[in-house]
Amino acid sequence: MTRTIHLSLDINGRRYDLDVEPRVTLLDALREHLALTGTKKGCDQGQCGACTCHVDGSRVLSCLTLAAQVEGRQITTIEGIAAENGELHPVQAAFVEHDAFQCGYCTPGQIMSAVACIREGHAGSDEEIREYMSGNLCRCGAYNSIVAAVREAAEMA
Amino acid sequence: MRDFSYLRASSADEARQAALQAGSVLLAGGTTLLDLAKCGVMEPETVIDITYLSGLGGIEVDANGARIGALAKMGEVADHAGIRAAFPAVSESLSLAASAQLRNMATIGGNLLQRTRCSYFREPDVFPACHKRNPGSGCSAMGGITRNHAVLGTSDTCIASYPGDLAVALIAFDAVVELGGRTVSVDDFFLLPGNTPERETVLKRGEMITAITVPASAAARNSTYLKVRDRQSYEFAAASAAVGLEFEADGRTVRDLRVALGGVATKPWRARAVEQALIGTVLSPETVEAASRLAMDGAVSHGANHYKIELAPRVVARAILKVGGLA
Repeated sequence: MTRTIHLSLDINGRRYDLDVEPRVTLLDALREHLALTGTKKGCDQGQCGACTCHVDGSRVLSCLTLAAQVEGRQITTIEGIAAENGELHPVQAAFVEHDAFQCGYCTPGQIMSAVACIREGHAGSDEEIREYMSGNLCRCGAYNSIVAAVREAAEMA
Repeated sequence: MRDFSYLRASSADEARQAALQAGSVLLAGGTTLLDLAKCGVMEPETVIDITYLSGLGGIEVDANGARIGALAKMGEVADHAGIRAAFPAVSESLSLAASAQLRNMATIGGNLLQRTRCSYFREPDVFPACHKRNPGSGCSAMGGITRNHAVLGTSDTCIASYPGDLAVALIAFDAVVELGGRTVSVDDFFLLPGNTPERETVLKRGEMITAITVPASAAARNSTYLKVRDRQSYEFAAASAAVGLEFEADGRTVRDLRVALGGVATKPWRARAVEQALIGTVLSPETVEAASRLAMDGAVSHGANHYKIELAPRVVARAILKVGGLA
């Protein structure tokens, strides 16, 4: 019963039109249909946070979001947070400064989550950062540097 | 994940009508449905997207209580100033659950309907036997790894625990689910497994949760949600307690006490025996600890979950002592 549906998605300020099966998640739409591979597929089951994107400014898991659910919403991915001139977002710069990664696979999700965490006002202390970033796992264990990067970015915000 | 057809509902009535069809399922936050569709536990033929509906996401709090629309997000309710002031246990139960991302997605109606985390239920390819998934097929959990399974409300067919936190706080304060045409207390909304573990709630085909109401009370205003778990964050409860307390005018005799447990039972579990033992008394650590043990009346362990019978009363006692100002 393969039927496709037509969707128009607003991603990083640009409109994309695509035809997908209804079961296609936002994550697979980004990676497989739109070649926006900055968003990573980790567990694909809502447990690791690697696929974190923003929908209307809120951080969500794109692996548990159907592409069909986000028509008309503003989607932001890791490709969309640096300035037009290529200058890194302050959170990206802080991650580089603090070496807040090892293999780097969780990093786009960590950064998208951190940008929202700071905007929500949930980055007031190391303890609060650890709690509100707990949905982003880092199997290399770069947590101490991640917390330091988020804290510095929050202090500069 | 098997493919399905997709219907974007333009009204609640349209959604309910479409949901009458066998094989149809409502989609709200998607955090349970898509997860279980990927596991192969749910294989819907039609997904009815209700997230574009308006008017179902409001949060209202006044002197009589709160009314929370079914499509309000967990995070919105957790952070709502009125909820935090009048129902701290409800707010805390939400902010201690899941992750920030999931709380931005999952809705209040969907939160009630989350399914058990029983690992045998969640892996049909590896464990075909599951009375909840496939009635009559057996139970792989019994005799298996049971650390996270229930000790209260179990039956010969199912020991899967209800994983949610919010519903625990809601039953402590007599919350009610609105189902469009009728209302049901949250406590009665959930069913014991008995011989029909596949039936988890009284929700009928074609019904939809539209809102949850919680009556205001002094006990709800002085309440807490204590959650003990294997990790500090982003983990389901090993044992949890929602507790609310009101003193008489003397400031020391218990007038009203509410106690509910999570992580230990097959449904959100109200511990009325604990409440009755302490109402009308003056609290002391000793009486609270003794009364809290009543929460485990009828508890049955299945191997590795035995620790819950020791842990849960301590969680209850700690929560009571906290809201009673004794800890």
